[in-house]
Amino acid sequence: MGELRFNENLCLNCTTFDCLKKCKFVKLNGAKGNLEMLKIARGEDSTVLRTCITCYACEEYCEKGNHPFYLISEKREEKGIDIVPRPILKQWINLGEPVGRYKVGELREKTLSFGFVPEFLQWVKGKLFEDVMPSYVFGQEFFCNVAYLHFGRTSVIKQRLPIVMDNFSKLGIKEVICLHDECYGAFTSLAPAFGIEVPFKPIHYYEYILKRLEQLKDKIRPLNIKVAYQRPCSSRLSPPMHYLAREIFTSIGVELVDRVYQDENALCCGEVVRLQGLYDLAEELQRENIEDIVKSGAEYCVFNCPYCYAALGHKLIKKGVKPIHIIELCRMALGEEV
Amino acid sequence: MKESIKSALIEIAGEEYVSTFEEELYFYGRDPGLSFPSNPHYVVLPENTEEIQQIVRLANKEGIPIVPLGAGLSLTGLAIPRRGGIVIDMKRMDRILEVNEKARFVIVEGGTSQGKLQAYLEKHYPRLRHSIPDAPPTATIAANVVIHGQGRLSQQYGFNSDLVAGMEVVLPSGEICKVGSCAVSPYWFSKGPPLPDISGLFLGWFGTTGIITKLAIKLYPRKKMRDLEIFVTDNENLISDIIYEVTHTEMVEDITIFAQPWPLFFKDNSHICIYFTGDTEEELEFKRRVIWKALEKFIESKEGGFMWVQPSMKPTFLDMPQRSVARFADVKRGGGFEYSGPILLVEKYPECMRKLRELSTKYNLAYSAMARIIDTAHCMMFAFAFAFNRADEDMVERARRAMAEVSKFIIEVGGVFWKPTVEEQKLTIEHIDSGTLKLLKMIKNHLDPNNIMNPSNWELR
Repeated sequence: MGELRFNENLCLNCTTFDCLKKCKFVKLNGAKGNLEMLKIARGEDSTVLRTCITCYACEEYCEKGNHPFYLISEKREEKGIDIVPRPILKQWINLGEPVGRYKVGELREKTLSFGFVPEFLQWVKGKLFEDVMPSYVFGQEFFCNVAYLHFGRTSVIKQRLPIVMDNFSKLGIKEVICLHDECYGAFTSLAPAFGIEVPFKPIHYYEYILKRLEQLKDKIRPLNIKVAYQRPCSSRLSPPMHYLAREIFTSIGVELVDRVYQDENALCCGEVVRLQGLYDLAEELQRENIEDIVKSGAEYCVFNCPYCYAALGHKLIKKGVKPIHIIELCRMALGEEV
Repeated sequence: MKESIKSALIEIAGEEYVSTFEEELYFYGRDPGLSFPSNPHYVVLPENTEEIQQIVRLANKEGIPIVPLGAGLSLTGLAIPRRGGIVIDMKRMDRILEVNEKARFVIVEGGTSQGKLQAYLEKHYPRLRHSIPDAPPTATIAANVVIHGQGRLSQQYGFNSDLVAGMEVVLPSGEICKVGSCAVSPYWFSKGPPLPDISGLFLGWFGTTGIITKLAIKLYPRKKMRDLEIFVTDNENLISDIIYEVTHTEMVEDITIFAQPWPLFFKDNSHICIYFTGDTEEELEFKRRVIWKALEKFIESKEGGFMWVQPSMKPTFLDMPQRSVARFADVKRGGGFEYSGPILLVEKYPECMRKLRELSTKYNLAYSAMARIIDTAHCMMFAFAFAFNRADEDMVERARRAMAEVSKFIIEVGGVFWKPTVEEQKLTIEHIDSGTLKLLKMIKNHLDPNNIMNPSNWELR
């Protein structure tokens, strides 16, 4: 994997300065943010390298597609700026290390990628996945490793992602349906940004689900419920896919309620911030998210990312809101027990 | 085996509670650890104190050994009848006799298991709990205090033996002795104070000075909620500082530390499990915050951090007793497991870890380290644990040699053996103060002149 394709000139000619102006955490207004981004691009030190909490949002805010977040991550590592305690970093790097305990189903050219999320082994079943299951892969060998952006370790991604791509290729897989945004983002955003070719066609699972729901529309029983939606950081790598969630909700008779932290204004679930040791900020983020969801009047809170689900789900239950993953919600609409 | 002794035992306990069957003696002659097996001649399961008195008198008359047995889970051979004789299996004496809710103590018979008391309190006294050790629930309360066991409340209140509130003991002569307030009062609230504390004549003696037939233990508040945070560091030299800060908060129920090379997620780190309790969410969250803040300096220096314990992982960590030990015990298949768990200063943690890794490499054995903080970090129990396949003689021998090296090391670092093997007891005797040894001998010789009580343990003669 090569060098990051970051175009300093795009920043020089930028007039919106959105990347850091819109950031909820770095809080640099106007040209000041632009100046810091240019300093980072030139290899100089910047406060941003110490204050960014890795919410990925600037990747979406930059309309020129200049990958400010990948740049921050690269430069942090180059300068030896650790954002998480060393033992936590070791723990997570060890977690993603391939150990030969992967699982594969009956593989076909089109396959589901569970990445390294064990919850999918439980959730992915029923009519929704009938036309592709049991073609799936699971395990560290198929884990995109993009999570290490949260730890400021692009080098781990650079080292492991090509091997992961190769593992897919060796199995003859031509189309990969990614069940996590990070995988999809790895193949459609991060890999191209670092100049690496992807040897298969990545498909976001929202695209797949929408298509399946269309095929199964006779079997859909509209749920007639109000839901809030918790957008994960990783969906910032593929914003157009995020908006498909609305179409999914419409097709299963679910009303998406308005909340403050919606769409581009989504707020981090806080768990990564906790890993960074920022207890008060993590508590604040979770409290704000939960209060916002409760205030929205939603009966359910729908999650895309299983880790946001794990971070907020049990706390939402205590407030009377039911947490559910979007796959389970769709299966519910198909009359399946979840 | 003498028919006359068997008949006498049957006369005392009844035919169905006496066994001389080889198949049964086989099981009473071993534990899952590394000690060499040795079968008893007789096994008897008495129903009450009077029967125990009669059995002890019989053994004295016949000059045969007696080994009182809880669940036989010490792993270090403490209840292996090395000189044969009679194993007194206490499991029929498992009645819970009295709970004094307001004074927070319970009186149980000597064979009552941890699991039985735990279930009983949960059902009848949901606001009370006892200090549950991380042993299988069949482990008995009496045997646990006799070995100075530790449990979930040891960080707050000390060794489980410190929580004894009174005892009834059958002496090696067959006489009954009451220990503590129960000797002069109907209430079992203290094992000693304000009287001369004679509980030390029995606690830590492994049944070589008497058999506990009844005991009272202190109970403590059981909060409605319990949670944990796990602080992780790869700098073992900081462990005692971290523990010092956490215990300073006085917010913590229990603290254990584990380190193991597998699965990879746990490699290269020590994991400090910090348990805390509360009756409300507010209380729990307040304590969580205080604990986090106490360790903030280690987080800021990037030397340590709190790992994410996902809700799905929590039941495993919050389990009482912990079952993870049993899983480690079978990691090599074949169910062999032994650990040496000395009591030593928390500051010795890094040296212990280095030694454990060195021995694991030298003898090619799977290792796991587990420590429990005792009594606001006055000391800790550090378990040097090796798993082995009992069907693999070479592996068993390697584990035996590794444990022998651990024993020497423990003495070198100023540790004291906890539930020591016979060999470790000998090492203790070699190193003990001469005045102390003299006193111990006087006690043992006076209480058990015929040396019939669990012989080969604490051989002071």
